[in-house]
Amino acid sequence: MRELWSIFSKGILLENPIFVLALSLCPALAVTSSVMTSLTMGLTVLFVITANNVSISIVKNFVNPKVRLPVYIVSIATIVTVSQLVLQAYFPLLYKALGIYLALVVVFAIILARAEVFASKNNVVRSFCDGLGMGAGFAIAMVIIGGIREIFGSGTFLGINIMPASYDAPLILILPAGAFILIGYLIGGVKIIVQRIEKAKA
Amino acid sequence: MAVNEETLKMNLLTVSTSPHITSPESIPKIMWSVNAALVPAVIFAAWYFGMPAITTMLVGVVVAVATEYVIQLIRKKDITINDGSAVLTGLLMAMCLPPNLPWYMTAFGSFLAIAVAKHSMGGLGYNIFNPAHIARAALMVSWPVAMTTWTAMTTKADVVTTATPLNILKQQGYTQLVETFGDTSSMYQAMLLGTRNGSIGETSAVLLILGGIFLIYKGYIKWEMPVLMIGTVGILTWIFGPAGLFTGDPLFHMLAGGLIIGAFFMATDMVTIPITRKGKIIFAVGAGILTVLIRLKGGYPEGVCYSILLMNCVTPLIDRFVVPKKFGAGR
Repeated sequence: MRELWSIFSKGILLENPIFVLALSLCPALAVTSSVMTSLTMGLTVLFVITANNVSISIVKNFVNPKVRLPVYIVSIATIVTVSQLVLQAYFPLLYKALGIYLALVVVFAIILARAEVFASKNNVVRSFCDGLGMGAGFAIAMVIIGGIREIFGSGTFLGINIMPASYDAPLILILPAGAFILIGYLIGGVKIIVQRIEKAKA
Repeated sequence: MAVNEETLKMNLLTVSTSPHITSPESIPKIMWSVNAALVPAVIFAAWYFGMPAITTMLVGVVVAVATEYVIQLIRKKDITINDGSAVLTGLLMAMCLPPNLPWYMTAFGSFLAIAVAKHSMGGLGYNIFNPAHIARAALMVSWPVAMTTWTAMTTKADVVTTATPLNILKQQGYTQLVETFGDTSSMYQAMLLGTRNGSIGETSAVLLILGGIFLIYKGYIKWEMPVLMIGTVGILTWIFGPAGLFTGDPLFHMLAGGLIIGAFFMATDMVTIPITRKGKIIFAVGAGILTVLIRLKGGYPEGVCYSILLMNCVTPLIDRFVVPKKFGAGR
């Protein structure tokens, strides 16, 4: 149990996909201009990565290593298509807001990386925990970035005005340039926290 | 033996590591000299644009110095707010802004210049980009409307919104531009003296050139850089004129926009430009070409800020390709 917890929790901070591994920075720049789109993207990736980890760890013994990458891609593409259709049916507005980036989940580095690094070498339960942790870490990072960008870039949170009317939002936070700068500082901040934790452990 | 040692210690030999030739220059001396070179243009701007310009420059300098102080406290470094570098960054940034900019935008710009462009890169001497121009570029994308709203003083009390000469040129063409000034000679006069619309510190070409000549005389900047950058702009705008080859107005383009202040004070910033003379020449000509490209073909009326930032990007590459020959090395 303890081991499963540590597999799960490392994805949230110590090996956070965006802040520490720096994988999948493209969605972190492209769809984080509001909290709602960040959260949707985060939850979608959480679902895809967990389901994919499970299916890869189930089939890992029947797949010739030479063809493992096509197998990963087919598995990911299937799961992404399912979540895309679900979003399109029940949340058409969010589906429109995410646009092409939803289909691009297929090629997110973090999903392929977890399949290759973890799921193809571990059993189903451990792979499930790893996917859940990595997906949660990704979703949390997306919401943090999206929250800061929405609060300071447009003065709203989940579409509700929270800044005083006189607040004159700098556009740069809504544009990719601001996201780059912000992610840079967040990566730096997380690095400081991780170093403190590791120092306390040692 | 004992006597020998004592004599050695006293006056014969001082053993130290290189460099052995020291110069009397120091960071504070250079920085305050550059500040002093800007003073005439600052006084002119305060007189011509009045209170809004004074407020903008004050806010720019004060916030820059305060940010520097706080960040050096946090980073546990020596507090060096007296060396004039933060004052210079804040002042140069304010001089590139429109006079009626709201104060919080100026403050945001100063904060960005010091915190993001300077200290995040490691502090004085480590920044890749010119902090003042980074702040201007960031303000430009953050508040595009406020950054392109230019107010002219018709009388000292009355303020109307008008366009800068480069804006008129971009939107209405050259004939219209000359008409707003009356005739060409009064246009050149206005551009030279600075009685025209524009950013706070960029208008008075004469006073900026005076400051620049002072810095060249002191040896803090090399004459090649401003001369080549402004010269490149002049030649290229003359060749690629509006009505075919060799019909342009080089004098107007050389005096317009932020070219003079950019060429003398931004493109000569010691930290962000190549080290060698050859490298500096490549930098200056490149910045000139980019400025002309943006002015004549780009969407923005003025391109000095972006051209200098783009050349800052390639400065490490330039430095790598113009490594000087070692003394005594073959060929």
